[in-house]
Amino acid sequence: MARVITFQRAINEALDQEMARDPSVVVFGEDVAGGQGAGGELDAWGGVLGVTKGLYHKYPGRVLDTPISESAFIGAAVGAACSGLRPVAELMFVDFMGVCFDQIFNQGAKLRYMFGGKARVPMVVRTMWGAGIRAASQHSQSLYSIFTHVPGLKVAVPSTPYDAKGLLIAAIRDDDPVIFFENKVLYTVEGEVPEESYTIPFGEANVVREGDDVSVVAIGRMVGMAQQAAEELAGDGIEVEIIDLRTTSPLDEDTVYESVERTGRLVVVDEDNPRCGMAADIAALVAQNCFDDLQAPVQMVTAPHTPPPFTGSLEDLYVPSAERIAEAVRRTTGGKVGARA
Amino acid sequence: MTAGEDAPAGVTRLGMPKWGLSMREGKVTDWLVAEGEEVAEGTELFEVETEKIDGAVESPAAGVLRRQVAEVGAMVPVGGLVGVLADPSVPDADVDAFVDAFQASFVPEEAAGAAEAPTRTVEVGGRRLRYLERAPGEPAGDPVVLLHGFGGDLNNWLFNTDKLAERRRVLALDLPGHGESAKDVGAGDLAAFAEALGGFLDAVDAGRVHLAGHSMGGAVALAYALEHPDRVASLTLVAPAGLGEEINADYVDGFVAAERRRELKGVLELLFADQGLVSRKLVDDVLRYKRLDGVQEALGTVAGAMYPSGRQATVLAGELDRLRAPVLVVWGSQDRVLPATHAQALAGRARVEVLAGAGHSPHMEAANEVNRLVGGFLDDLEGERSGSS
Repeated sequence: MARVITFQRAINEALDQEMARDPSVVVFGEDVAGGQGAGGELDAWGGVLGVTKGLYHKYPGRVLDTPISESAFIGAAVGAACSGLRPVAELMFVDFMGVCFDQIFNQGAKLRYMFGGKARVPMVVRTMWGAGIRAASQHSQSLYSIFTHVPGLKVAVPSTPYDAKGLLIAAIRDDDPVIFFENKVLYTVEGEVPEESYTIPFGEANVVREGDDVSVVAIGRMVGMAQQAAEELAGDGIEVEIIDLRTTSPLDEDTVYESVERTGRLVVVDEDNPRCGMAADIAALVAQNCFDDLQAPVQMVTAPHTPPPFTGSLEDLYVPSAERIAEAVRRTTGGKVGARA
Repeated sequence: MTAGEDAPAGVTRLGMPKWGLSMREGKVTDWLVAEGEEVAEGTELFEVETEKIDGAVESPAAGVLRRQVAEVGAMVPVGGLVGVLADPSVPDADVDAFVDAFQASFVPEEAAGAAEAPTRTVEVGGRRLRYLERAPGEPAGDPVVLLHGFGGDLNNWLFNTDKLAERRRVLALDLPGHGESAKDVGAGDLAAFAEALGGFLDAVDAGRVHLAGHSMGGAVALAYALEHPDRVASLTLVAPAGLGEEINADYVDGFVAAERRRELKGVLELLFADQGLVSRKLVDDVLRYKRLDGVQEALGTVAGAMYPSGRQATVLAGELDRLRAPVLVVWGSQDRVLPATHAQALAGRARVEVLAGAGHSPHMEAANEVNRLVGGFLDDLEGERSGSS
């Protein structure tokens, strides 16, 4: 029986095991050590939510606190990756990424191409995303689509502790820059995770539930929401297939198309804003490649096109809910129970 | 695959079985017997679907099916009440009282915080090996040791372990490189596995044992029995390797090469005659195993040492004269990995049972039949021994 641990612990274990396996893996960012040298619990408390706790003392000299200067330390990560290390930089909230776009978009993502394959940038940038903790607009966005848009970057958005560990280990071993999205609401979610190291390949979606009536493509925290909706819909005789993309770049298009070919109906669930996002991207790909299979318009369930609100009651409405997903599924079936009947 | 029994005299509780370490609940998908119908011990009563695999549940006793407590489609936790069997003489009121009392006091294993099936680990030659041990209060005879096949693990015996453990101590092992055992397989050949098995038997102080092996595990059992005749009370070989050169290379090579669910599903379907048994969960579990660090190397080493160029490297057919232990061979007539004709190597030397319609995994596909054959084989042996002593 596999052991059960939290999402947060799974991330910590992936870092720990890779640092033990490969001395070139280093971790740095704001407070990733955290108050080292202070007494007791406060000594190296391991990041704003304790995700990197325990690594500072275990790997001397390899866990570094940085100044509050994202452009500097993400640039340092690109340089370190080019010159032999495997840095895992933590940029606390993805919302702060704007100040280091040049380092990521124009340096990290481009070097392998511009040096004709002779340079490698084996860097991982870990970052928190998502609404739901009353942290307002500057700490609650879901900006993975921006990084997915840039060729040369890989982007992972795990939804479970098992996937978090396997995708992070794969990210660290990857020779290309990876932006690794950790949903802060999922940190306390528990799941079965093997103690041994393992990898999950990028570009492989996970079919988390099989069904023949409607395909639901979901990302990150929305996978769990879609599962709740699917339970409710199954009670009404609508069998939903849920596809967790796991990585948005590379994207497993085949799994999506094969599902839509069977169901003829697609709902894309994305916590991000609707314009130019993953939901729009998947909807466009399916419209182009599965047009003849579609029996109903593709539905997108996303946040509205506004910044995440601070007010709790509004934030709860902002994030797509199981109810909204179920409504969207019913729209594709035209209210018919048992869509294939 | 029998239901539990802990009820007043003449009444037998039909509970949801626990198939495999991770099963928490099962769905009753069909009743095969109507209320009021008389059944014999071993009659298949109802069918169960789990996240991982489907199977039929046999009656643990003779009697009349008095209540179908769980309707078709109902999800029942492990140990929960599915039906009630009772002697015709038991009044309806008593049957209902039993159902009410049971339902009022039943706490699912998970909610009760019961420990998971206790797999343990033991250090053998610097390697950690995982195993599952089950035993009744007073085990009869020598322990039974279960050895899975190439790429498998101790969970492959999910339908057999508890049934065999009703009478005997049962030890199911993850061979090196497999399941949750260490991934170092050494040379990865038959001798290396037989040596690891010997080390395991010593480490758990098993003494003389009945060995039961499936596929590659059968060859390991055979190799060990040839080396250590004094330690092996009997051999049960389920679609064993080691009896002929022929093997389906599509299975071995495909299993090693498969990286994605779709490829792996096609390969795993070769294990069963009924391909519906290859559920999403079953494929996922194998994929999760294959993605552990060290597994690809281990499987590559084993495949190269045991099954190079599409043939079996070690054929023990010529050495079977040296075998002293009684042998039961069980094969599925529809085996697509190893041909049932290989059983001829043991003609006259073993009891051979070919099960019509079963594939390469009769211990899963025809579990009730295999449990009966193995249980009967072991009972007969022990009967002879106690009769002669």
